Amino acid sequence: MMPVPSSVPQPKDDFQEELVIRPLHSGDIYASFQFRTLWETDFMRGNKVSHYRLFPKSLGQVISKFSVRELHISFTQGYWRTMQWGQPFLPSPPGAELWVWFQDSVTDVDGTWKELTNVLSGIFCASLNFIDSTNTVQPSASFKPLGIGNVTDHRFLRYATLPREIVCTENLTPWKKLLPCGSKAGLAVLLKSEKLFHSSFHSQAVHIRPVCQDWQCKTTSWELRQTLNVVFDLHTPGQGKLEWSLFKMFSRTLTEACPLASSSKIYIDITDDPQGEQFEVSPATHLLSQAMVLGDRRTFSVYDLTQQITFGTVRSLNLLIRWKSRDMLRPLLHAERYVAGYGLQTGEIHTLMYNNHPYRSFPVLLLDSVPWYLRLYIHTLTVTSKGKDNKPSYIHYQPSKDRVRPHLLEMLVQLPPNSVTEVTVQFERALLKWTEYTPDPNHGFYVGSSVISSLVPSIVAMDTNSTREQPLFSSFFPCKEESSYFMRVYTEPLLVNLPTPDFSMPYNVICLTCTVVAVGYGSLYNLLTRSFQIEEPSPGLAKRIANIIRKMRGVPPL
Amino acid sequence: MAAPLTLLLLVAVTVRAALYRSSLADLISERVEVVSPLTAWKRVVEGLALLDLGVSPYSGDVFHETPLIIYLFHFLVDYAEITFMLADVITAVALYLSVKDYNKQVFRKQKYALEADRYPLDCLELIRSPKEMQYIPLKVAMFYLLNPFTILSCVAKSTCGLNNAVIALFVLSTIKGNVLLSAIFLSLATYQSIYPLTLCAAALLYLLQRQYIPVNLRRFSFWWFVAQYAFMYLGSLFVIVGLSFFLLGSWDFLPSVYGFILSVPDLTPNIGLFWYFFAEMFEHFRLFFLCVFQINVFFYTVPLSIKLKEHPVFLIFMQLAVISIFKSYPTVGDIAASFIKHHKASSASSLNIFLVSCVLLACSALFPVLWHLWIYAGSANSNFYYAITLLFNVAQILLVSDYFYAFLRREHHLSHGLYLKRKDGSEATLVLK
Repeated sequence: MMPVPSSVPQPKDDFQEELVIRPLHSGDIYASFQFRTLWETDFMRGNKVSHYRLFPKSLGQVISKFSVRELHISFTQGYWRTMQWGQPFLPSPPGAELWVWFQDSVTDVDGTWKELTNVLSGIFCASLNFIDSTNTVQPSASFKPLGIGNVTDHRFLRYATLPREIVCTENLTPWKKLLPCGSKAGLAVLLKSEKLFHSSFHSQAVHIRPVCQDWQCKTTSWELRQTLNVVFDLHTPGQGKLEWSLFKMFSRTLTEACPLASSSKIYIDITDDPQGEQFEVSPATHLLSQAMVLGDRRTFSVYDLTQQITFGTVRSLNLLIRWKSRDMLRPLLHAERYVAGYGLQTGEIHTLMYNNHPYRSFPVLLLDSVPWYLRLYIHTLTVTSKGKDNKPSYIHYQPSKDRVRPHLLEMLVQLPPNSVTEVTVQFERALLKWTEYTPDPNHGFYVGSSVISSLVPSIVAMDTNSTREQPLFSSFFPCKEESSYFMRVYTEPLLVNLPTPDFSMPYNVICLTCTVVAVGYGSLYNLLTRSFQIEEPSPGLAKRIANIIRKMRGVPPL
Repeated sequence: MAAPLTLLLLVAVTVRAALYRSSLADLISERVEVVSPLTAWKRVVEGLALLDLGVSPYSGDVFHETPLIIYLFHFLVDYAEITFMLADVITAVALYLSVKDYNKQVFRKQKYALEADRYPLDCLELIRSPKEMQYIPLKVAMFYLLNPFTILSCVAKSTCGLNNAVIALFVLSTIKGNVLLSAIFLSLATYQSIYPLTLCAAALLYLLQRQYIPVNLRRFSFWWFVAQYAFMYLGSLFVIVGLSFFLLGSWDFLPSVYGFILSVPDLTPNIGLFWYFFAEMFEHFRLFFLCVFQINVFFYTVPLSIKLKEHPVFLIFMQLAVISIFKSYPTVGDIAASFIKHHKASSASSLNIFLVSCVLLACSALFPVLWHLWIYAGSANSNFYYAITLLFNVAQILLVSDYFYAFLRREHHLSHGLYLKRKDGSEATLVLK
């Protein structure tokens, strides 16, 4: 029996994995994993996709069922310290963040959004079902699509954060399951939760978007990127000497690349130390690569895991980085946020944006989504740079509706060179119904991070051709111009206390207030229905009994 | 009378201007006892700023004023202080003129009753003489203008002052007998906050009395007058609501203003009974108790009108008092409006009134203290502030019922004599039975 050849050619798919290790100037070490699957298929057309190979089936079904054009979800534990660590390759706010662009064929975006968050909540074992209309906004300018597409009607965009969301092994396991090799081969064997969560910063994300296959962009393919950024702390126990190795970081070494991967590389950032004076890397490698990342040309030592010689004679790769001395670099764009004021009645949100470029000014888009129970007063909004008023050129403000939607404030602010810009806005704290408080009301309520998106001028020319072969870490944000690169900075989330009623009192309050109303009712009832009469003294008891007997006898009373 | 009144107005304006220039103005406009989400000046400025940004002020949940206020303050926002001082002055002058006119009518009625020999001989001391009533209008105006509650309300630039001015103008036009103006001012007052609707009955009774139309449900003239008044009232209300529609081109203001007053979604603490009650309410019963509390405000209209149908002016003041205690977002400005009755009733049981007034004063002093302890010091909780709220409202209710009792007792004495004797000739006590 001859097997019938299949008439439909299987769409091509491709999987790449990479790990970038960058020693930070504070002595901490930053490891960024990226796993990318490219698949030339079309989820949107009629023929249902049934044969999944490298692309995970759960996500493919999500894309086709909910007509998703782009999906970005991240889970982060910890806050990225820009001043000490520089800029991350992929920024993310603390907690969970989800933003989705839907196709324009979707008729009920809010209903689809609700179903999507519930399905994702199941896929990632996270409590994303807490995303509802009270913390979802539709930014008008800050979150443009990162993949290809000509629709920019922001009615199809939804953005929500859950700053209180905690990330743990339960979220890592389903994330690892989405990888083609799982956690059995390739770089994913390093992802062991007991070491990953014992770190200063940990962020895992999934990004799905359509991309061009080649320069002419005649066909599109779907790109799935799974990224995991982790920063290991210098001072975790056992780190007496200033040296890092894969075994120390991940309690594993690498033995092979993922067989399904077309490329599997490790990059170590040696830009700050080309001569090997500050640190040394072993085993040494002659492969060097240069890439433009975050406006800077950086040099990397490359270890190609698909080559057998990388693993050497011991058949395992344990990279070792030994520090000799140190130094620092200031990031160009940096932001902080805090709450000012005292008491539980009012407060002020201050957002500080630092532009550390010596002579160039650039505009930034600030997105603030504040929950409805902190009532913002937009007439108190002030933006000052270097002590003078700095009027934003674009303000999009959507006021909140109680218990329905949060405040949305988007502003385009020009940051003058070498300055601090302060944005302040006053708010008033609301008293909620007693059932609307969390079980730990005195912990406070979280306000999600502000998002600052900007095109930062870069010193070196950026590469605008996004389809050329580039390391994954430098090709995430699309680059439209050579002279600037896109950067997104997240501020700290805020923790704000609200006045609380006494939770043990509902029955008592109802009784007491109704008593007061009854006092009013009773007094007025008395005065309205009764009239004045002369009071006759009532006869004594004996006389009264005698009167009753007399009445029974029919004799007139005393 | 013009000179003392002018002097009083000057003193009042000076006090307010001095407070505006001091640092207390900002402090007072933040106090929850003085401003509510409905009347705060900060929210008016916020609404105007939203309008400048191109967003409808009613799309959010911060602004709950009527569109006419937007119209007014769009032009007057720089002269806000003068506007509020002028509103207080108008209120005082309107009260002064209306009390003067009312006194004239009271004297006329007394004269006829005396000539017709309708008063028992021993209650002549209860009859008011022109000499003792000469300074009453001035005292009423002074009581309103120099009342600390009114001053606080004016310095905080709470729009309650504008409400009070409209109600005072309504009272003036009703007492002067001008049916059209009375209907227009009443519809303006109802448009601002729904509760003055209950004053309709009082105005009708007074105007019927003035036009010598007997209140008899079977008579055509009664219904014809009621229909005329209702037509004028509803007509002006529709015109004002229509004008509001044309300001922003949408009906958004209806749920934002009236829906807000009736459904009480904002639980900011104030001196009323609603906030803590609905903060601690079981969700299942919320709608039921909301309806009960709102009906409670309107419910006393019919019984009070029946009892006080001969004295509609006192009825107006009773209604104002009931509204200011039981409305959904009361402030001290509303309390000030309801205190005008102090000089209408007479002196019976003044000890009781003295005690209750002391309680009110003590509560007013404790409000800021317990607020500070709850919100800033963190050493008390919301129950403390709630307790003072309860006590304040009980004191107000007792004050209102004491005045009502005194009034009814005086009327009883006027018709039955002051020194009453029992059947056996000994001195009698009067009770309510």
